Amino acid sequence: MSNNVLRLEHATMQFGGVVAVDDLSLNVNKGEIVALIGPNGAGKTTAFNMITGVYQPTNGAIYFNDELIISNRPKGKMKKIYAGGYESHNNKRIVKTPDRITKLGMARTFQNIRLFTNMTVLENVLIAKHMRAKHNVFTATTRIAYSEEKKMREEALALLEMQGMTYLKDEIAGSLPYGIQRRLEIARALATEPEILLLDEPAAGMNPQETNELTDFIAKIKNDYNLTVFMIEHHMDLVMTISDRIYVLDFGKLIAEGTPEEIQNNPRVIEAYLGVSEDA
Amino acid sequence: MDKKTQKRIIIDILLVIALFAGLYVMEKTLPRNSMVFPVLKKGAIYALLAVSMNLLNGFTGLFSLGQAGFMLLGAYTYAILTIPVQSRASVYQYYDGGALTFALPPWLALILAGVVAALFASLIGFAVLRLKSDYLAIATLGFAEIIRAFVQWEAMGPITNGSNVLRKFPYFRSVLVPFAVVGICIFVIVLLLNSSYGRAFKAIRDDEVAAEAMGINLFKHKQMAFVISSFFAGVGGALFAMFNTTVIASTFKSSLTYEILLIVVLGGIGSVSGSVMASFLYVAASEWWLRFLDEPLFIGAFQVPLLKSGFRKVVFSVIIMVVVLFYREGMMGKNELSWEFIKDRLGKLKNKLKNIGKKKVKAEAENE
Amino acid sequence: MEFSKFLPYILSGVSVGGQYALMAIGYTMVYGILRLINFAHGDIFMSAGLIMVYLATWLPIYVAMPLTIAITVAIGFLVERIAYKPLREAPRMSIMISAIGVSYFIQNFALYLTGGLTKQYPEIPFISRTVEIFGQRTKMVTVITPFLTLFLVIALVTLIKKTKVGMAMRAVSRDFETSRLMGIKINSVISVTFIIGTFLAAVGSMLYFTNYTGVSTISGSMPGLKAFVAAVFGGIGSIPGAVIGAFVIGICENIIKGLGWTTFSDAFTFALLIVILIFKPNGIFGEANTDKV
Repeated sequence: MSNNVLRLEHATMQFGGVVAVDDLSLNVNKGEIVALIGPNGAGKTTAFNMITGVYQPTNGAIYFNDELIISNRPKGKMKKIYAGGYESHNNKRIVKTPDRITKLGMARTFQNIRLFTNMTVLENVLIAKHMRAKHNVFTATTRIAYSEEKKMREEALALLEMQGMTYLKDEIAGSLPYGIQRRLEIARALATEPEILLLDEPAAGMNPQETNELTDFIAKIKNDYNLTVFMIEHHMDLVMTISDRIYVLDFGKLIAEGTPEEIQNNPRVIEAYLGVSEDA
Repeated sequence: MDKKTQKRIIIDILLVIALFAGLYVMEKTLPRNSMVFPVLKKGAIYALLAVSMNLLNGFTGLFSLGQAGFMLLGAYTYAILTIPVQSRASVYQYYDGGALTFALPPWLALILAGVVAALFASLIGFAVLRLKSDYLAIATLGFAEIIRAFVQWEAMGPITNGSNVLRKFPYFRSVLVPFAVVGICIFVIVLLLNSSYGRAFKAIRDDEVAAEAMGINLFKHKQMAFVISSFFAGVGGALFAMFNTTVIASTFKSSLTYEILLIVVLGGIGSVSGSVMASFLYVAASEWWLRFLDEPLFIGAFQVPLLKSGFRKVVFSVIIMVVVLFYREGMMGKNELSWEFIKDRLGKLKNKLKNIGKKKVKAEAENE
Repeated sequence: MEFSKFLPYILSGVSVGGQYALMAIGYTMVYGILRLINFAHGDIFMSAGLIMVYLATWLPIYVAMPLTIAITVAIGFLVERIAYKPLREAPRMSIMISAIGVSYFIQNFALYLTGGLTKQYPEIPFISRTVEIFGQRTKMVTVITPFLTLFLVIALVTLIKKTKVGMAMRAVSRDFETSRLMGIKINSVISVTFIIGTFLAAVGSMLYFTNYTGVSTISGSMPGLKAFVAAVFGGIGSIPGAVIGAFVIGICENIIKGLGWTTFSDAFTFALLIVILIFKPNGIFGEANTDKV
């Protein structure tokens, strides 16, 4: 058994004539922090959406803890395009919906924060606890499963306590400052009890000071919760400081892979970024 | 449970007892034919129908227009199962007394009315709940129409009496019955909404993608909300049948759904107490307070213009359009009526009055 | 079963199909641009019928007809301005509720005016005349409808393809926000859409009510829903799709009537709708679109 938590094999996502992600193969090992970088429009978020079941890939397979969770094989007209190319070994079409993938132990955040903005901080976390509670609609309504509700609350409060957010528990999520909303979204993802955390541009819109705090925060939760982290990020300081390995995507294709030092000196990466982003 | 919540619960229970006592006293003292009673009865039934629709449209974010269809199922189920055996020959006169040779007690038939509606909903749900908002609306509307055509089908005659009226089934006389049934139903819905499942419904309403990423199975929860809402629509339909004392398919057209929907909007999409208050207000206004708009009125030889049959409904639709366009939150928005809410609103009102007072003083000072 | 037995049903199917088509275009164009099921469209169709009834009592028919069209178009324009325009930025549910509110208002207003009575539709010379076709006696309107419909549709398609307004309409239905940024006057485009839609509905109502002779307050809701289903069937947003859908529905429901299943002729339309939504949600001519996450 390999020790990778997440593995993509030939994952391809095509929208009409546009190949957003082209034959992407990568793996994230247990306990690693891996970053996926690339210029805007390189297909990073699309890759995340494939992994979490939001989009169904046109071709390829995705494994979670060596279990095949998503796979597809082109058919009809698509088959011709892929003929002779990278047809993956799997023949089955397997689709797991995002909720099942989350339940398996994969949690994510979104590029454009998606909190339940009308609800309180505590309610946001409680919603993430819903799927793991041992109740059904009857026992929950009649309060037979009141102990479960109590347990959910205790766990949610404990989580907020650990994130130092207890004092915010009754605030409406949408009214919080941007930086705190980001942190809350991560806290909410943690509440689903994940093995691997997928962060989509966690530092977007943050100033250097906030980014530094976030860097520490990610390192801390990784240790506290024994997590594996896979993230998309543009802030190179953040990426270079905490990543164990980096994958670089450009126009949907993987152009480089390696440690932060290797990536910093890779001529293809430099070329892809030149004139595109000042961040590098 | 802390002391404060305990105290609240006791107060709430006392209020409910007081309400029922009040109703009882009213029934004993007021004349039998007082307008109050039909208004209270119909108001209570509409409250349940509006709350059950709100559970779906307001709390789960599923824009469904199938309410009349589920009400029809409930009404027919109740009527068919409870018509006394000796009355069947006269009711089913065109169908040799109908196919059924037994009658169930009303309370059991009332529950079955909900169950039948819920069963249909679970079947329909598989087909329509994956559709996006407005397609869902039109598909549920379509299903309601199909159900309505189906019960009027000649071949169904021995059971549904075709397009003829169903009557002679037991109904309530006291206003306490619909209040008790509706009260229990709404209480259960409130418990559901305040449970973890209620939170999950609201999460789906606010952001489907995020809810799914939190491990909430969209289809399962939507189906649940749809089935539960339909159950209560079915019970509401049965009560509606009892209120009317007859059942005929042509009552349950899409305009009935629209009526309930507009009550929900009036009360606030996403507020149970709003729906309840709006129901009573709507029924009282349309059946009682605004009746005079339909009567031609003479002052001396002068006839007040516009007043004639149907004007009430025109006024009503104008009010509703004003609410829809300018007060989109309705009476309550997403808030619930609670002591805190009343206190909060009173506080705001006080501040407003104070400000007006201040302005007046200021204006007077400037004038001098 | 012999053909001649079904001929009258097919004939009236083609005729009613054409009338649905004229209405379906209004639905499909409005949906294409505003993503709104205009629940009031069927009631505007009914209003056109009532306006004609009232005008024809004191005006010669040739004056009443254009005047009916003009008034109906004005109503369509006003409904959009009053009930839909203020809700441009509101959630989609609100604008749909507003449409239902308008429908409720128009029906109640009509009820108030007519006192709930079914009004006799005036005879329009020439199209009310009885003719014989394939050995079947029928009204002239049955023969005229499909041709008039086709003529109007071709004119409309030409308008959309060749004129500047048409180009703007296509742009707005493709991307509302971008069109606005490109300086297209969104509100005028939407108004034009409503004007065209109600114009066609008014023409349709004259053909429809000539066949059915009576107008009541709810005469519009069922044909309206059927026309909407036709639009979904053809792929919402597509004009030829809506027209084909309307003819399919018109012919099918009349054949069902011919088979003696009149109770189910309305239900059939909805069953068709649900089947379409489940198996081909974008209709026959519609385009697929993916939501961006």
